Amino acid sequence: MSILLDRDTRVIVQGITGRMARFHTKDMIDYGTNVVGGVVPGKGGETVEGVPVFDTVKQAVEATGAEASLVFVPPPFAADSIMEAADAGIRYCVCITDGIPAQDMIRVKRYMYRYPKDKRMVLTGPNCAGTISPGKALLGIMPGHIYLPGNVGIIGRSGTLGYEAAAQLKERGIGVSTSVGIGGDPINGSSFRDILERFEWDADTEVIAMIGEIGGPQEAEAAEYIRDHVSKPVVAYVAGLTAPKGRTMGHAGAIISAFGESASEKVEILSAAGVTVAENPAVIGETIARVMRKAA
Amino acid sequence: MDIHEYQAKEVLSNFGVAVPSGALAYSPEQAAYRARELGGDKWIVKAQVHAGGRGKAGGVKLCNSENEIHEACDEMFGRKLVTHQTGPEGKGIYRVYVESAVPIDREIYLGFVLDRSSQRVMIVASSEGGMEIEDISAERPDSIVRSIVEPAVGLQEFQAREIAFNLGLEPRLVQQMVRTLQGCYSAFSELDATMVEINPLVVTGDDRVLALDAKMSFDDNALFRHPQISELRDKSQEDPRESRAADRGLSYVGLDGNIGCIVNGAGLAMATMDTIKLAGGEPANFLDIGGGASPERVAKAFRLVLSDNNVQAVLVNIFAGINRCDWVAEGVVQALRELQLDLPVVVRLAGTNVEEGQKILAQSGLPIIRATTLMEAAERAVGAWKSDLTQNTKMRAV
Repeated sequence: MSILLDRDTRVIVQGITGRMARFHTKDMIDYGTNVVGGVVPGKGGETVEGVPVFDTVKQAVEATGAEASLVFVPPPFAADSIMEAADAGIRYCVCITDGIPAQDMIRVKRYMYRYPKDKRMVLTGPNCAGTISPGKALLGIMPGHIYLPGNVGIIGRSGTLGYEAAAQLKERGIGVSTSVGIGGDPINGSSFRDILERFEWDADTEVIAMIGEIGGPQEAEAAEYIRDHVSKPVVAYVAGLTAPKGRTMGHAGAIISAFGESASEKVEILSAAGVTVAENPAVIGETIARVMRKAA
Repeated sequence: MDIHEYQAKEVLSNFGVAVPSGALAYSPEQAAYRARELGGDKWIVKAQVHAGGRGKAGGVKLCNSENEIHEACDEMFGRKLVTHQTGPEGKGIYRVYVESAVPIDREIYLGFVLDRSSQRVMIVASSEGGMEIEDISAERPDSIVRSIVEPAVGLQEFQAREIAFNLGLEPRLVQQMVRTLQGCYSAFSELDATMVEINPLVVTGDDRVLALDAKMSFDDNALFRHPQISELRDKSQEDPRESRAADRGLSYVGLDGNIGCIVNGAGLAMATMDTIKLAGGEPANFLDIGGGASPERVAKAFRLVLSDNNVQAVLVNIFAGINRCDWVAEGVVQALRELQLDLPVVVRLAGTNVEEGQKILAQSGLPIIRATTLMEAAERAVGAWKSDLTQNTKMRAV
């Protein structure tokens, strides 16, 4: 059993009738993901890619027993869709949408705290590529073929940089247990720390790779957690050594505004916690391979 | 999105924050006229630019007569104000704000920010107003008061009172401080701000609490629901290349180097810049062309990158997930044909439809340098730029 999702996990797609959502629903089904339905208010009764569409998430959960949801809803309505999933009893939600207002995400996080921890939905993203357990299931928009099944757990902010890392691993015949995109927004559902905790307990994961970037405190928080609680080897890369201070680099959250938020400071903090840092993006795969050889 | 001081003051005063009386002017004559309207015999003339540190840079002047207002304005209008926040190119002064000077008893720092640790709005205040917050936290960290707002209920009065008392305000001033804090918080949350900074917030000789300066930034992702805030945008304060890119759905940040970058995805774009540096070059820009890039969008990206005259080589790095390498390749070919480029162009493609993409590049007959890995791409771009440079110097020498 891999973390967050498995071959049997029943998945619904919120916003399934959109062009991109349709395209990726088909892609996920082709990969083997157990997609059981979709939700679009007012389009209940339609069928997309062979799965039924419902008006509300509650109806979808009742009819299909859905446990996980992929949110493909445009930014103004995405926060509402995430809260709807949380309220309908969805266990795991991935939000792909880029451009959700930060205060909407503050409300989402506050809303999720209504539920006791054992009943609280896990959210990853928004503004991420999704989660994949290679050979089992794909909940997102990443190209499945660049991942081999294996024992490296990946946590990353950026989609395409995560692909780069996966491709470097595949080149060396190294596979991935699960790759989780936590997204590039300043307020996100799960942090590096949250996913590190899951990988630490995951029997399928032997080495953990963190792909961070400038901005925010989450890499530093992860470093502290790794130092005190993670027994598995951790490799990290932090993008943005050449990024200037005070400028937003594409991702809403990629901006250096305080101490500890630049790439070099994050590298220093992670190294001090015992993390092996890949010094540049071209050697992420090589560094993971080296750490795996040492651990074996 | 940033707005001007005078705009931030108008926004905040609509939420009950007290500000000194002032008026906007577009010329020295207008400024003098505005001062007469305001009355009194001491005014502050403040350059309206999107940057802090105006005082030290000569953008804020105390004036005691209409003549002095004229002189101050003559020095400001049309000039570029260079502060520690603007970069060496500075920001143009096209508007000034004329304000009645007030007698100041004490200065307070007040800031509202999105705190990424607690994922909530945090209030930061200090009794050492007038200094930059970075300097306060370095020199007087003990003077800083922090408070986190619970989003379900908003800023409570007791929290505001606690801040007021912790700043050492006299009891007779606390109610005004509470009103100021609640006004700022309401403006922040109702208008989707990402930052409100009042530095300094002053207590005047006659016991008024006034926002002497004000800065606000707004969440670009939430502007769709605040048309009245979108209207406050001032393009004269933005880098023209960056605003043009934003209008075309591209995310661009200009830098000082000479290797132009065209990449998909923000993380990969930063990683590409880092690799160029590692290979001995300097990136000219950050550019994320996003997912599903059509040939037209790639061509636009080329035009944008080349509008920077410092660019002497271009590196295209695409890892296609949603994107398709063949489309990107077509875009590259289309752009190179159209622009008649004489700079070295290195293209690295990976992911979806990579073979088709490579074929399009190879068959184009254009002198495109191809690479398969990120490192190879960076090395070839830096190598091509350097050899181009020596060739050019030789030609000039001849």
